[in-house]
Amino acid sequence: MLHTLTLKQALDQIKRKEITASEVWADTQSAIENENKALNIYLTLNEKSAAETAMMSDKPLAGLPIAVKDNYATQGLRTTASSTLLDSFVPTYDATVIAKLKAAGGVISGKTNLDAWAHGSSTETSQYGRTLNPLNPDYLPGGSSGGSAAAVAANLCIAALGTETAGSIRQPAAWCGVVGLKPTYGRFSRSGIVAMASSTDSPGPITKTVEDAAIMFNHLAGHDPYDSTTSTQTVPDLTKSLGQEIKGLKIGVMYLDLPEMTELKKFYEPTLKELERLGAEVELTGSLDPHHAISVYTVIQRAEVSSNLGRYDGVRFGHDRSYFGAEAKRRIMLGTYTLSKGHADQYYHQAQKVRTLFQQDYARLFEKYDILITPTSPGFAKKIGSSEGAAMFGELEDMLIEPSSVTGLPGINVPCFRDPETNLFLGLNIMAPMWREDLVIRVADAYERATTWNTWRKND
Amino acid sequence: MTNTTTNYSLICGLEVHAELKTASKMFCGCKNDPFHAPEPNIYTCPVCLGLPGGLPVANQKAIEWTLKLGLALGCKVNLFSKFDRKHYFYPDLPKGYQISQYDLPFCHDGQLETSFGPVRICRIHLEEDTGKLQHKTVDGQKVTLIDFNRSSVPLIEVVTEPDIISAAQAKEYGKKLRQIMRYLEIADCDMEQGGMRLEANISLTQNQNAVVENDLPSYKVEVKNINSFRFLEQAIEFETQRQALVLLDGQTPAQETRGWDSVHNTTYPQRTKEDAEDYRYFPDPDLPPIRFTESEVERLRVELPELPATLIQRWQTDWGIDPKYTALLIEEKAIAQAFDTLFAAAQKKQIDPNKVANFLANKKITYTLGDSVDTVLAAFGSIADVAALDTTELDPIIEAVLSEFPTETAAYRAGKIPLINFLIGQTMKKLGKKVEVSQVKNRLELKLSRSYHS
Amino acid sequence: MSKSGFTPQLVHHIAQLAQLTLSSTEEVSISQDFVKTIEVVARMSELNTTAVAPTHQVTGLENVWRADKVDEKRMFTQAEALANAAKTAAGFFVVPQVIDQKDI
Repeated sequence: MLHTLTLKQALDQIKRKEITASEVWADTQSAIENENKALNIYLTLNEKSAAETAMMSDKPLAGLPIAVKDNYATQGLRTTASSTLLDSFVPTYDATVIAKLKAAGGVISGKTNLDAWAHGSSTETSQYGRTLNPLNPDYLPGGSSGGSAAAVAANLCIAALGTETAGSIRQPAAWCGVVGLKPTYGRFSRSGIVAMASSTDSPGPITKTVEDAAIMFNHLAGHDPYDSTTSTQTVPDLTKSLGQEIKGLKIGVMYLDLPEMTELKKFYEPTLKELERLGAEVELTGSLDPHHAISVYTVIQRAEVSSNLGRYDGVRFGHDRSYFGAEAKRRIMLGTYTLSKGHADQYYHQAQKVRTLFQQDYARLFEKYDILITPTSPGFAKKIGSSEGAAMFGELEDMLIEPSSVTGLPGINVPCFRDPETNLFLGLNIMAPMWREDLVIRVADAYERATTWNTWRKND
Repeated sequence: MTNTTTNYSLICGLEVHAELKTASKMFCGCKNDPFHAPEPNIYTCPVCLGLPGGLPVANQKAIEWTLKLGLALGCKVNLFSKFDRKHYFYPDLPKGYQISQYDLPFCHDGQLETSFGPVRICRIHLEEDTGKLQHKTVDGQKVTLIDFNRSSVPLIEVVTEPDIISAAQAKEYGKKLRQIMRYLEIADCDMEQGGMRLEANISLTQNQNAVVENDLPSYKVEVKNINSFRFLEQAIEFETQRQALVLLDGQTPAQETRGWDSVHNTTYPQRTKEDAEDYRYFPDPDLPPIRFTESEVERLRVELPELPATLIQRWQTDWGIDPKYTALLIEEKAIAQAFDTLFAAAQKKQIDPNKVANFLANKKITYTLGDSVDTVLAAFGSIADVAALDTTELDPIIEAVLSEFPTETAAYRAGKIPLINFLIGQTMKKLGKKVEVSQVKNRLELKLSRSYHS
Repeated sequence: MSKSGFTPQLVHHIAQLAQLTLSSTEEVSISQDFVKTIEVVARMSELNTTAVAPTHQVTGLENVWRADKVDEKRMFTQAEALANAAKTAAGFFVVPQVIDQKDI
């Protein structure tokens, strides 16, 4: 049962020589053998896991198994981005974050399923079949990092890596009842990750607890000379933000009053009360209408997607462009259109201006509040099949998160409610100003410790 | 240049691409040496191969060199600038877009002087080169082979206004631009290797003031694939004739791209120009913008070496050297610098530097890099002490010698050729000054020849 | 934009720019998706952006560049460069002959 440990628990027990990482891997591997087929979480397993685990005992992550979303290039290990176009692509190089993971002693358990090319919020657009939500297999895990979130939820890894362009870490974390941290844009290197929207893509950890996310962040964040958009800001030690109080922090609550949130609002009221009980000043606040963020995000993302997918022509690697699935084609087409002659001003350049409006809105809000919170998703996980045939499923699902994604803010999802009938969760999205992951961790950790929504904390 | 039979004037603009000779590529650390690579595809990485997750990081030196070229050509520098993505599909373009510059090039509005008048530089920008294609038949199939050693090599693009009025001016412009880039030591511009590529935009007009009046023709033809100055001249001349014929016929030449066929000395149509292309430019989100301060630009300006135009002026002022000699002597900067030392030494020795320059330009004395100043001046001296001599001075002396030595004269005429040296010696003695032996010899031989009638 | 704005010709032209081949069913369904998406996206024009500059990058970074040095350890060997290509010959990538010979 060692695979049900959190990262911190496993590291502590290894340090105390009560267990070894190889034992953790053995249990994890067993669980994968039993459950992966049905849930369709892993697309590729790392055959060398056992051997690599044995070599990492002196490193900080001790050789523990980390699931990696299949859009990170992993040397010698197939990388598909859940597309058939890349079904036999084996990179000869590692993404920077993967190199850092290995240097810290993490071992890749395998590559997890995602919406093909990260285009979606369900993991249903994967060309390798959908992943099921381990909490309730009639439901979707969310996306695009659905495989990674499900891997964590099902204890088929100790921690996982995902990426977020607009919600793709936090939303599947919410739907799977786990923790998902989206760092500030520019905090983690994008080098070696299949690009989706270059100006918002952010790699980040998906974990069992907030503490685990802090540990992963510490090892993986930082400036990369191979990525011109990474910052030289000092990487904070996020473990220092654990176990802190949140007395006196001013928290602004966004979007609870939207018409879409009428049904859901009641589930969040206890959360607000809890934060108040912990000493924070909690207040509902207005903001720029997030529906506009859908427009901004859709245009910018699809434009950049259409550009970033131009390299997939079957010449140097992969198959030709006829292998793109329907969702990818849809996004490439719309993106190309919004950049085309006669339309770029109205769509692409206008979207870049509206992005500025959102930045100004957040600047204004953060003058008043230390932290902003929203529901992560406008609802519980949806039933399988929900995303099919929907022209904008992803972008609509992620409306609440898109404003913070297009402006690069850091945010974390923590579970804040579980429906005992469906076993499905709701998540709380906690956001801070640029570079203030410390605040995000501080509040998330305080909330997690004070409540019982976290599946693993109950063991403490 | 006006085609006098038809009264059409040439309206021509040039686009020159030059590969910068940085050690590494434009957006990655791969080696920049495509022409000498022993094998294809050995200088590549995820970035220049366009692999998943490859991200660009700009080469600082390439940017600085671009600014230096702009400053050397009197351009204004855009203190705020950026890179943009230019989208099109072609097998030599691994990302499906080229990182280039669209509306904020590093430099703009400069000028290059030619003997036909100034040519305005519209813009200078920096971009990345593509891979190289080769068309072959392999196993009976027609295929294209691709080598990405050249992919993402830094490429500077210099675009002129349509100020060029003749093929000769185009050639002069190209040569001067090349010389400046070599003086700056930013590019070798070896055209055979593709280190410098020329494209000409050519149209004809009947309005000789078309450019000044902004009354440009409604069409232009872009001619590509020109890899020598000779081909450039030929291409312009060919196009001028071709377009004139079309215009005389009452038609407008098609707006198109044509290639230069150096085998048949003609241009041929390639594809229709820009209107069908939609490059969907947008600022590259992977590359933060660039901002220079005035003082940073000044620092680069101060680092500029002395350029040919200034050198010509200075040699005239400092050494009294005729510009037409200078132009011939300063093709290579290293040699020009050596000549400076030489002229300074000459002046010190009371030798006229302009005379030395004359001799060098006319190849009466030669210079190779490394020769010592003293050797060169000595060689100069042995020829230059020679006085000037013309035939009105020489002929009477020769007559006098021939009549003084009838025996030797007759013997020479009878076939004893070596006697010429005796006669030369006597002539020189009579002249009493040091003169060019060959001149005396030639004149004597002429006078002595049987067929000569004085 | 009305449905008629997304003519088959426009969809075909965009597909050509994007180098995608669409079946006739795909052309129809994408054209319908366009209409829906543009309807949503058009809401952006409700906002007043006259006084606002575009934000292309959220980091505020400028002047990020590298020294002109060769990065030996990152360069691929020829074998690595070609490792995932469908077709290679004598160290080159191979494609069917390209008709439009634009190159030098």
